[in-house]
Amino acid sequence: MLYRIAGQYKTSYAADHALFPVRQDAWLLGVILLFAFVVFPLTASDFTYQALLIPVLIYSLAALGLNILTGYAGQLSLGTGAFMGVGAYACYKLVSLFPEMNLLVAIALSGFFSAAVGVAFGLPSLRIKGFYLAIATLAAQFFLVWLFQKWRWLTNDNASVAIQVPNIDMFGITVAGPNARSITQYFFVLCVVCLMTWLSINITRGRIGRIWKSVRDMDIAAELVGINLMKAKLSAFFVSSYIVGVAGALFVFLWRGAAEANLFDIPLSFRVLFIAIIGGLGSILGNYLGAILIVALPVIINTVPAAIGITISPSMVEHLNTMSIGALIIGFLIVEPAGLARFWAVIREKLILWPFPH
Amino acid sequence: MNAHVDQRGMAIARDDAIAPGEVLLSVKNVSLAFGGVKAISDISFDIRKGEIRAIIGPNGAGKTSMLNVINGFYTPQQGTIVFRGVERRAMKPHHAVRQGIARTFQNVALFKGMSTLDNIMAGRSTLMKRNIGWQMLWHGPALAEEIEHRKAVEEIIDFLEIQHIRRTPVGRLPYGLQKRVELGRALAMEPTLLLLDEPMAGMNLEEKEDMSRFILDVNRQRGTTVALIEHDIGVVMDLSDRVVVLDYGKKIADGTPDEVKNDRAVIDAYLGVSH
Repeated sequence: MLYRIAGQYKTSYAADHALFPVRQDAWLLGVILLFAFVVFPLTASDFTYQALLIPVLIYSLAALGLNILTGYAGQLSLGTGAFMGVGAYACYKLVSLFPEMNLLVAIALSGFFSAAVGVAFGLPSLRIKGFYLAIATLAAQFFLVWLFQKWRWLTNDNASVAIQVPNIDMFGITVAGPNARSITQYFFVLCVVCLMTWLSINITRGRIGRIWKSVRDMDIAAELVGINLMKAKLSAFFVSSYIVGVAGALFVFLWRGAAEANLFDIPLSFRVLFIAIIGGLGSILGNYLGAILIVALPVIINTVPAAIGITISPSMVEHLNTMSIGALIIGFLIVEPAGLARFWAVIREKLILWPFPH
Repeated sequence: MNAHVDQRGMAIARDDAIAPGEVLLSVKNVSLAFGGVKAISDISFDIRKGEIRAIIGPNGAGKTSMLNVINGFYTPQQGTIVFRGVERRAMKPHHAVRQGIARTFQNVALFKGMSTLDNIMAGRSTLMKRNIGWQMLWHGPALAEEIEHRKAVEEIIDFLEIQHIRRTPVGRLPYGLQKRVELGRALAMEPTLLLLDEPMAGMNLEEKEDMSRFILDVNRQRGTTVALIEHDIGVVMDLSDRVVVLDYGKKIADGTPDEVKNDRAVIDAYLGVSH
């Protein structure tokens, strides 16, 4: 009843191109942002930040990067984890070489390193597509993780061959490292993710987004409407890897605090890919829904039984986790193969008509 | 049709140095082979500005290959193409579009996941210039450009009478409408030369009439030169100013519809002849 488009007329193309053609959507977003910026910080505990809020945001951002490549431009990639690693290691090197550099600047710059690596490994996409391209990006995955292990310079010749995030201050507040407070890290991540999401929405709804989608839907036709395929594909690799690299830098600096090379191995790539697929390829919203499902659900399964007084052995919880997540993924994909974002779109369509469907 | 379309048509005609009736594109001694198969052998013909030129012939005559050569998708082994006085043999298809050659396909080649509006807007990709920096900000120059092109696209949507399917993903549309959207996408490129590969294949009589009307309107109001491949001889004879007939990769006739209709070689090619 509340969700109505009646009476909302558009009198200009600018209004028609608005982000939220339906006013209620803007309100909904406002409520979500209110929760994210005010309600969660007021109520959340350290555990909630570290186990739920920060990882959901970071995984969403990584999935968003992958979604731009796979969902919008149609280029399958299995190297997301490694590209995140490039961002993280680049950020680590930048921070240790230029200790006075602002962390925000370092993270923004580290994205360019993973973007460059992404474009280099995206070159095969000019000749091959689909699963064959996925195999080519798999090569990136293995090669880069090997490089992280063997190239000691990346970890400053540190004996443990791992990144240890130092304490980093920004405007007098510690934002990263062992001394940083969770709430600071949360706000840092939240602002970066919001900004990146807004920029991504703008890119994907304009000319460049259409070019990517054209390449995804039919590359020959795209070429014959004047689209330069090379530019289109490589720009998708660039933008996607940039976002993924930023997500990788946040992943280590604002959440994990330390990282070894095998953290960026193929399970991470698959995790991000699952988030993007379950959330819905070719959608921005889907990444958040997918990340909430994949990241937050295990935590909820872990904590809720204990909270209501049922004691389950930790190993049982672990098994339950795997089983229920697996079942949920299968269930959701049977009900809505196009992902959670499509699920939401269907709900919206139904809500507009409800309760008078005829 | 509204006056605005006319103005735009005039503007395009004025921009062009070539006057109507002069040669816009000429194909000179072009041969194309795939391994041992000769698709096109030694064909020459020209397309004059402002005319509707039909390319006909039995199946496998090399018509589609000819269009692919013209818009740069295939590179002929021999011969040259002169477009607007510039001679070339090899070029990338996206360069052909930039020079003003647009085309549609025999099998509809739309972007199935996108709406009608987005498909036609995609046709204007090469005309839009704002870089990724402006695109990221959206508000400001990128939005202004988007709206400017949206206006042009809305004119095409009006012209083709597809307002009601503006937001529908094209994968869900019936075939006749898909063909129309594809024509719209080609028109969005503001071509000087429009190549249509069987625009009426698989259509019923009414849809054919509509499509014929659109082709004539495009030709007259926008001053667009049209080259089309079509199997419906009735349509070809009514629409086109001149017809070139291919058979087994060779040109067997070239002239006005009446001349071609009475040509002995053409009749033999279509009806067969006892040897």
